[in-house]
Amino acid sequence: MSSHPPARRSHSRARLGRSIALHLFLTPLALIWLFPLWMMAVFSTMPDNGIFSPGIEMLPHGNFLANFNNLQRDTNFVGAIGISVSVAVTYTFLSVLLTSMAGWALARYQFFGKGMVVAIILGTITLPYAVVLIPQFIMVARDFKLANTWVALIVPPLFNSLGVLFMRQSFSMMPGDLFDAARVEGVKEWRIFLFVALPLARPMLAALAIILFLASWNNYLWPLLINSRPGSMTAPVALGTLIGLTKVSWGGIMAGAVLLTAPMLVVFVLLQRHFVAGIAAGAIK
Amino acid sequence: MRHQNATAYRFLAPYLLIFAIFWVWPIIDSFMISFQATRTVPWRFAPGFNWGRLIGDPAFFNALKNTLLILVIQVPVMISLAIVMAVLLNSPLLKARGLFRFAFFAPVVVGEVAYSAVFRLMFNLNFGIINKLLNSVGLPSVDWFSNVTPAMAVIMIAVTWRWAGYNAIILLAGLQSIPEDVYEAATLDRVSKLKQFFYITLPLLKPIILFCAVLSIIGTMQLFTEPFLITERGGPGGGTETLGLLLYRQGFRSLNFGYASAIAYTMAGLAIAISLVQIWLTREPK
Repeated sequence: MSSHPPARRSHSRARLGRSIALHLFLTPLALIWLFPLWMMAVFSTMPDNGIFSPGIEMLPHGNFLANFNNLQRDTNFVGAIGISVSVAVTYTFLSVLLTSMAGWALARYQFFGKGMVVAIILGTITLPYAVVLIPQFIMVARDFKLANTWVALIVPPLFNSLGVLFMRQSFSMMPGDLFDAARVEGVKEWRIFLFVALPLARPMLAALAIILFLASWNNYLWPLLINSRPGSMTAPVALGTLIGLTKVSWGGIMAGAVLLTAPMLVVFVLLQRHFVAGIAAGAIK
Repeated sequence: MRHQNATAYRFLAPYLLIFAIFWVWPIIDSFMISFQATRTVPWRFAPGFNWGRLIGDPAFFNALKNTLLILVIQVPVMISLAIVMAVLLNSPLLKARGLFRFAFFAPVVVGEVAYSAVFRLMFNLNFGIINKLLNSVGLPSVDWFSNVTPAMAVIMIAVTWRWAGYNAIILLAGLQSIPEDVYEAATLDRVSKLKQFFYITLPLLKPIILFCAVLSIIGTMQLFTEPFLITERGGPGGGTETLGLLLYRQGFRSLNFGYASAIAYTMAGLAIAISLVQIWLTREPK
């Protein structure tokens, strides 16, 4: 018994050592990870001749508004943001609806072909998007003549595989008695889905909605191909057209990058739990 | 249980309709397009036209080589880093956990265009902050974008920065599902923390690590935005050209849909091979 206190002290000393080592390793790594975001913010507040000057500048200046005006001169960024917001909101609403309906069917009904539907959805997770890109483009642009429209931006990306699997799992974890009780009362299946199941799935729907919104907001390749006319570009595409031009305001580009990123960071900080839940479920890549 | 075909398919209909139009048909269509000469009007069936060109095209092999090179270096580095991040973020000893989580997870919400712009500016030869910092500790500037090796390094650094936290989130969820008492028993048996990591954590995480690896491989295989924007259309001189960029160039700059479809199906073939390896690695031991 007498050996106990020293043992505990050496144990807690080892713990302290481990704790210090942990923070000594993780702090520089965290600073490196924050560095690009910090520099994005700093660049967005610096005049162009400040960005391209020999000195090391790592603190914000006061030039954000002037940079933003340069950006607006180089491309109609406010208009592009308007398109991006409208598209992302519409897309998120429709996609959450479609995805949760499909997830509900897969979780709660026995039907012919169920195993095959699930297998096919699983199969598409590892299928490169490149395989469908060209026919999608030919179909939407040439056959449907929908290039440079909102429909082109919203409808083709509505298919997602991981979101459906996430919702299927969410609905199948709910107690079945609840739905059966409603059925005994004679409630129709679509009302059970809308008024019993969906309200119960609210946290999962929030996670799904955030991830889908983010995917739409940041989507680049498809909008770049299908909405390439200046007045119909989304904000990332409009910003992308400036990168690589010789006569362009880099302060303006950085102001645009901040405007694209900052709202998402705020949402991330406020709703981190939902974000993490959505990604941890592999909701969408 | 009674079958409810009609009800189930009513709920599935809109989703399956979108799937059929925008995925099932395109998968079949791009396979067929890859066997057609698409630079003539009308397109004509010529089975060897694109595939024959593909196996003799130095540009294709350059893109394939670059893509595989990025894959074999970037993915293992990123997954290892993500495992380290997840394990350390999960440590009960960690203070200010929220700040660390923010630092590593924040890149997940940053769009490809925004971060490509920042990386391009940070690695600028004369005015980039990276070279200025190198100079300030007495190291010479690196001409990041005029030489192939440093340009590839920038691409890999950028992708790793963007996606390590994403994988760490998935791995962290996996770690938190490992029951606490496994570690308690090991600690009572005086198994060191390092051994616990290699003999408990890693084997139990294996399926999730493989899931992350497969998603990352398939994502990196289609890498497009970073070489498009950061290294200026796959520069220098095609040194960072990837399959994704070659497909874009062939399909949407030269409007050669047939050849681009053959490139796309090559990527699909690689993806299927990788998925089979994953299934084989996660099979239940007999």
